[in-house]
Amino acid sequence: MCNLTARFIGTLAAAAIGASLALSPATAAEETIKVGILHSLSGTMAISETTLKDTMLFLIDEQNKKGGVLGKKLEAVVVDPASDWPLFAEKARQLVEQDKVAAVFGCWTSSSRKSVLPVFEELNSLLFYPVQYEGEESSRNVFYTGAAPNQQAIPAVDYLAKEEGVERWVLAGTDYVYPQTTNKILKAYLNAKGVKDEDIMINYTPFGHSDWQTIVSDIKKFGSAGKKTAVVSTINGDANVPFYKELANQGIKAEDIPVVAFSVGEEELAGLDTKPLVGHLAAWNYFQSVDADVNAEFIKEWHAYTKNDKRVTNDPMEATYIGFNMWVKAVEAAGSTDSDAVIDTIVGVSVPNLSGGSSTMMPNHHITKPVLIGEVQDDGQFDIVYQTPGLVVGDEWSDYLPGSKDLISDWRKPMSCGNFNVVSGKCGGVTN
Amino acid sequence: MQFTRLLSALVLMLGILVHAVGSNAQTVDDGTLGLLIQALAGENFDDTTRAVSDLVKSGDPRASSILNALSAGDLYVAKAGKTVFIGKRDGSDYAAIDPITGSKLAPVPRSAAEKIKVNNRLRRDIAAAIGGLTLMSDKADERRSAAEAILKTRDPESIPLLDKAIAAEKDASIKLLMNQAKAAAVLNSGATGEVKIAAIAEVSAGNSRDALGLLTPLAGVEGPVGEAARAAIDSINSKLALWNGIQNIVYGLSLGSVLLLAAIGLAITFGVMGVINMAHGEMVMIGAYTTFVVQQIIRTSAPGLFDYSLLIALPAAFLASGAIGVVIERSVIRFLYGRPLETLLATWGISLVLQQAIRSWFGASNVQVGNPSWMAGSFDLGLLTLTWSRLWIIVFALAVFAILQLLLKKTMLGLRMRAVTQNRRMASSMGIRTPWVDALTFGLGSGIAGIAGVALSQIDNVSPNLGQGYIIDSFMVVVFGGVGNLWGTLVGAMSLGIANKFLEPFAGAVLGKILVLVLIILFIQKRPRGLFALKGRAIEA
Repeated sequence: MCNLTARFIGTLAAAAIGASLALSPATAAEETIKVGILHSLSGTMAISETTLKDTMLFLIDEQNKKGGVLGKKLEAVVVDPASDWPLFAEKARQLVEQDKVAAVFGCWTSSSRKSVLPVFEELNSLLFYPVQYEGEESSRNVFYTGAAPNQQAIPAVDYLAKEEGVERWVLAGTDYVYPQTTNKILKAYLNAKGVKDEDIMINYTPFGHSDWQTIVSDIKKFGSAGKKTAVVSTINGDANVPFYKELANQGIKAEDIPVVAFSVGEEELAGLDTKPLVGHLAAWNYFQSVDADVNAEFIKEWHAYTKNDKRVTNDPMEATYIGFNMWVKAVEAAGSTDSDAVIDTIVGVSVPNLSGGSSTMMPNHHITKPVLIGEVQDDGQFDIVYQTPGLVVGDEWSDYLPGSKDLISDWRKPMSCGNFNVVSGKCGGVTN
Repeated sequence: MQFTRLLSALVLMLGILVHAVGSNAQTVDDGTLGLLIQALAGENFDDTTRAVSDLVKSGDPRASSILNALSAGDLYVAKAGKTVFIGKRDGSDYAAIDPITGSKLAPVPRSAAEKIKVNNRLRRDIAAAIGGLTLMSDKADERRSAAEAILKTRDPESIPLLDKAIAAEKDASIKLLMNQAKAAAVLNSGATGEVKIAAIAEVSAGNSRDALGLLTPLAGVEGPVGEAARAAIDSINSKLALWNGIQNIVYGLSLGSVLLLAAIGLAITFGVMGVINMAHGEMVMIGAYTTFVVQQIIRTSAPGLFDYSLLIALPAAFLASGAIGVVIERSVIRFLYGRPLETLLATWGISLVLQQAIRSWFGASNVQVGNPSWMAGSFDLGLLTLTWSRLWIIVFALAVFAILQLLLKKTMLGLRMRAVTQNRRMASSMGIRTPWVDALTFGLGSGIAGIAGVALSQIDNVSPNLGQGYIIDSFMVVVFGGVGNLWGTLVGAMSLGIANKFLEPFAGAVLGKILVLVLIILFIQKRPRGLFALKGRAIEA
């Protein structure tokens, strides 16, 4: 028995050595740095996330043409978490533990980010998250290159109040964490600016809601109180198309009740006839229509890479672009892909963004970006009607929520804390 | 706000001026007009706004067409030389027209010109300015939109101009609109007493929603004006409450007919055949994609037929989904009859395969299915806004229901289907080829799902996930209505639709859906066979 086991183990060991011998010449010939791509390619979120997978492959391809990073070629490892939040955590673990990727670019919904967060913290790996989100989070291992609420929602509300004279607000959203937190922040913000509760209507709908008749007619009713009314929409994904169709069909024009959306970009408008929607707004940090040479170049290369000159570009793509370039720059500065080294060097790294300026990684792992407000055009593009004069720093802990207004985040040594309480002077969140 | 007022004052002066000197007079020479137009390409919106008011002040009749172009976003400025032109996109160039003379200019490359930006506020102001310019126009359409623009801005300065226009107006409906606009402007002005009370009466006779918006700010006023306003608001509110009930019923019927369309195919495959077909939603999706393909072909080969695209898509979708249904039945389901769990898992797998197939083929993004002109827009019925697309879907759902009922009751195929459902072995011994009937029945159910997809493509987005959103609702309707009975499906769909719409205003869309689900579960506890249960010996327990 004992003999048998020993022999068995011996065989195994021999096989393993044989295998490694067989494999080693290949790896020696071309050593690569692996980069993980964690975006849903099937399920409900595939509609948005597939494009980001293509973007990453495109960026990696471009970087390899320039000679890769640290003299090594980059190699993409693509996995499909299938819009299933627990599966995101599983796939993230697989990427880091089995595939040994240097960094992961991925996630779209906050639910998926919350699902993978413990994995990246436990395994001390890096995640670059390219989508606008609700804030109230800062992790040592995550870099948030999308907009925080103060980089999207609040400037949009300011624009409507100032330029359009809006006094009455409908906050409409899909029923999950991003719209709820954003609306909570917006309501606190509007209240602080003197808007009364009776002038704010909050409405939530389920994912993929398709029957908007009642809600649109409610909005119409709410809007007929003699004050200029606007809708702030955090409606997500597929539900937008029937919402805008119903708005157009019921004859609500942007001049009467404008809708400003935080989740509607060029990609989402692709499924819509935008003629009745001209003038409705969206707030992002990038639009395809941005007039900058670097943007024109990017779009040209993107079209060449996808071999399709109809492919649009959008804000999360720009955030992916910024995040990827920041990682490349930090790795080259640190001379290594080691997580701790990258975390130490990436703060302060500045790379060009696609709107003609440059974005910098801040100590709170959020970045600086301009805020743009665009109006929908009849060709499905946005016409930029407003741009913040300077760059806006992403504010992870909102100043308008009682739970988080005293918190700051700074991942530089020696503080290295994601939720430092400036009142109590301690790291660890809110103390009562 | 202040600007609007200023602008309207200018417009008013201009309107009188234009009226006085006749419609073709040019008040400024081309050079001055050129400078005024060039100023439109300002650094920011405030500059453009000022330039618009200067242009209007010039009183030149060419201003209105230039402002129209600006509002439509067709006004461009060349980067070199800063000349302004009216442009239309033409390949990589702009086809340029001189705004002053209206003559054609050399095309400008797109990279060499910049669009003059307009936003909602500017568009509103321009509409008001043009409204002032065209209130006395010869064309009825222009006068109507002019009156509508003033009704929106409610500017007191435009009252004298409106008086003049009202006196000259022949068309009764436009006159009514102008009176409304005047009343709205009066309410917004410093007028007092009788004048305002008369205006309140005028306003409350018009569109109630708009009236509410005008009257609410007056409700807090002391004295007879405030009283009149409050009384008017009360009567409008009670009228609105009544219409609210009617609206819930109509919207409920509309939601119900969507549910009916989605569920009626399932009522055949699940209700009549007893097959739990989780891929039913994908049949709907394939129907919607068929519509897309049909429209694509029409767009490229026969654009004139676009308004008939849905009619052409209906048989195509029926055949596409029906054929796939027959293939699924012959290749998978026929081996699984009487094993509901296996059928459920197998068809669920098929649904994933179909979704991914469509995703690989057409891409993950939504595809754009256009509305034919007769499906777009809405009309008002009393205080109710009904969209044409929803109305047609109600009609269409009922028509599908009637045709299916006829097919089952009056044709040989229907007779055989019913026979096989009620007693398979007896039917078989009477010489009916039951496997053949099974395949056709499944094909029919799937085909009906396909034509439901044509209708749903008009109100929902067409993506690979389209079917998933409807599968649960469809099963709910069929189970609630009673398995094996099409009337049950009709009543079930309509009552679920209406219940949903009455719950939504109180509970919100999320809680409303949950409540409906809970109610159905309770109902099924009480009546496990649904609303209309089939009775008889032959129905297996």
